[in-house]
Amino acid sequence: MTFRGTPKGPGAGSMQALYAQLLVGLINGSFYALLSLGLAVIFGMLNIINFAHGALYMMGAFVAYFLLNLGGINYWWALLLAPIIVGIFGMILERTMLKFLTGLDHLYGLLLTFGIALIVQGVFQNYFGSSGLPYAIPDQLKGGMNLGFMFLPIYRGWVVVFSLVVCLATWFLIEKTQLGAYLRAATENPTLVRAFGINVPRMITLTYGLGVGLAALAGVLSAPINQVRPLMGADLIIVVFAVVVIGGMGSIMGSIITGFALGVIEGLTKYFYPEASNTVVFVLMVLVLLVKPTGLTGRAA
Amino acid sequence: MKTRSIASLLLTTALTFAAAGVASAQDKTVKIGALSDQSGLYADLGGPGSTLAAQMAVEDSGLAAKGWKIDIISGDHQNKPDIGTAIARQWFDVDKVDVIVDVPNSGVALAVNNVIKEKNGVYINSGAATSDLTNAQCSPNTVHWTYDTYMLAHTTGQALVKAGGDTWFFLTADYAFGAALERDTTSVITANGGKVVGGVKHPLNTPDFSSFLLQAQASKAKIIGLANAGGDTTNSIKQAAEFGIVKGGQKLAALLLFLTDVKAIGLETAQGLNFTETFYWDMDDKTRAFSKRFSEKMKNGAMPTMVQAGVYSGVRHYLKSLEALGGNPHDGVKVVEKMKSMPTEDDLFGKGEIQPNGRTIHNAYLFEVKKPSESKGPWDFYKLVGTVPGDQAFTPLSESKCALLKK
Repeated sequence: MTFRGTPKGPGAGSMQALYAQLLVGLINGSFYALLSLGLAVIFGMLNIINFAHGALYMMGAFVAYFLLNLGGINYWWALLLAPIIVGIFGMILERTMLKFLTGLDHLYGLLLTFGIALIVQGVFQNYFGSSGLPYAIPDQLKGGMNLGFMFLPIYRGWVVVFSLVVCLATWFLIEKTQLGAYLRAATENPTLVRAFGINVPRMITLTYGLGVGLAALAGVLSAPINQVRPLMGADLIIVVFAVVVIGGMGSIMGSIITGFALGVIEGLTKYFYPEASNTVVFVLMVLVLLVKPTGLTGRAA
Repeated sequence: MKTRSIASLLLTTALTFAAAGVASAQDKTVKIGALSDQSGLYADLGGPGSTLAAQMAVEDSGLAAKGWKIDIISGDHQNKPDIGTAIARQWFDVDKVDVIVDVPNSGVALAVNNVIKEKNGVYINSGAATSDLTNAQCSPNTVHWTYDTYMLAHTTGQALVKAGGDTWFFLTADYAFGAALERDTTSVITANGGKVVGGVKHPLNTPDFSSFLLQAQASKAKIIGLANAGGDTTNSIKQAAEFGIVKGGQKLAALLLFLTDVKAIGLETAQGLNFTETFYWDMDDKTRAFSKRFSEKMKNGAMPTMVQAGVYSGVRHYLKSLEALGGNPHDGVKVVEKMKSMPTEDDLFGKGEIQPNGRTIHNAYLFEVKKPSESKGPWDFYKLVGTVPGDQAFTPLSESKCALLKK
């Protein structure tokens, strides 16, 4: 039995290695941020805990795969088309099922969306197996650059920049524009907003579509990094829910910041004590809930 | 009161007849339990395909025409030892299962090994890698088919060290399998004058390996040994390509790679990888004929992996032994002894034998993944590089610590 005294990797303690792990954490944080942002938007506007989020993220990756392999449509178009296609699927879900949950206990939304997630995953698994399908990195983003302290694949750098832009744009849309103001007003008092001549049900459907589209976008972004697998969302969604709980349910900026921050913390754990890297997020969640039950930036329900 | 006693009398009589009926037909009934990961990261290499392989073995045995009644049930252990043992116990106690086959995931496989020994069942393991099943934890009820960590270390591992890869860094799945594979490979490396310079133990089913890969890169080891399997291996290989590890001069050692993994990675990224398997669908006319039949029955048209082929081969041999016994004695030790006394031979693994410790011995093959330009079909992935005879690939009996050998 070989046993290494400490589980630390070689070069532990060197600043260069630390920078590298911080950057890698930031990359994973991008996915957490995009996904938790979608969840926060949906929870904030519809009051639904969307457990189907992981399945919709997975669908985004699969749509990108189909677009490329059946339609010859490349990555760049997939970034635009996959969120729209999956978003429309989400809006159909909202119109046919979720809208009947208005005013009911959170538990019903949770059960319904969880059931939808299981069905969607099951169907994909039945046809595509569990090991997944390959999706190549687009030619323009292949290769990497040497930053001195690490070799950064260009694609990973792109993921960080792109998701940051999308997150901030979404925040701006909801918190700073006229449309966002309507949205926030509609959550507070739908009857009054309707009296001003605004079609609230349509706005809610579009909001759900937006949240789902963000999940699908994250799916397309992750397709070249991870395998396009039916369970890719199920593996990730639990962590993302922890992120949302830590950040505070329904807080847009909170979910973005917590997403990136937790990616970094997880990255550091992978460096100092890899065995705990799958659990560190949940330990943090317990700590935050003990001290501040509404989450770091959450408002009281 | 009277009617009730008549009713109970009738019931008793009926039960007696039913019991007698079971007793007389008992010697020709067999129940096979295919226990596997049906939906997680090992489902494609075992899972529903292994159940199908067992069904095909039963059909091909031709025993149904000779009056045998053979049933197959399947179960999902979800890669959790507690669930695996609970299913195994229920199968023996309630469902009267005679033999459990497949069982990938070494952690689950070792736990189930104890239950089968306790219940005196038969265990034909094809999916698990740990060499402990026929070594320190061997059992008179167990036969280990297809491959194990000793074999992987002494084929792929040895070939790489001899080709100059004398410094290693391990990415190891943090459970029984990873530990066994790292241990067996390390002993080969040191025996051949190499050195292990470091390693990381990662949790099972890790989506992102970049942190670990950066550590491997910083170690400057010539070889990065992947002591993991399934989705963990595919993610490691894919992301290693992304981080320019192979271009930087380090070599990846995929110690355990399955056909479905190569499919998932894609030839573009997987090309040139060297690894070992004991079965490949495109070896000769017989393996091609079997694989074609198999693939036609799979939902996604997948070709069989070596694990699934091993389930087929193991069940065939098990049924042959029962036929030679003239019936099913429902006595695991007795059946396994019979299996060991007969040489193994089938279309998929060729000629072989089962050693006293339960290890099945057959050829192992070194393969290289083809370039995309060399591949002529959707499952045309491997080039045969070399053949290692069974007696060189698997643990020699002189090195085995199995208690069964010290009689």
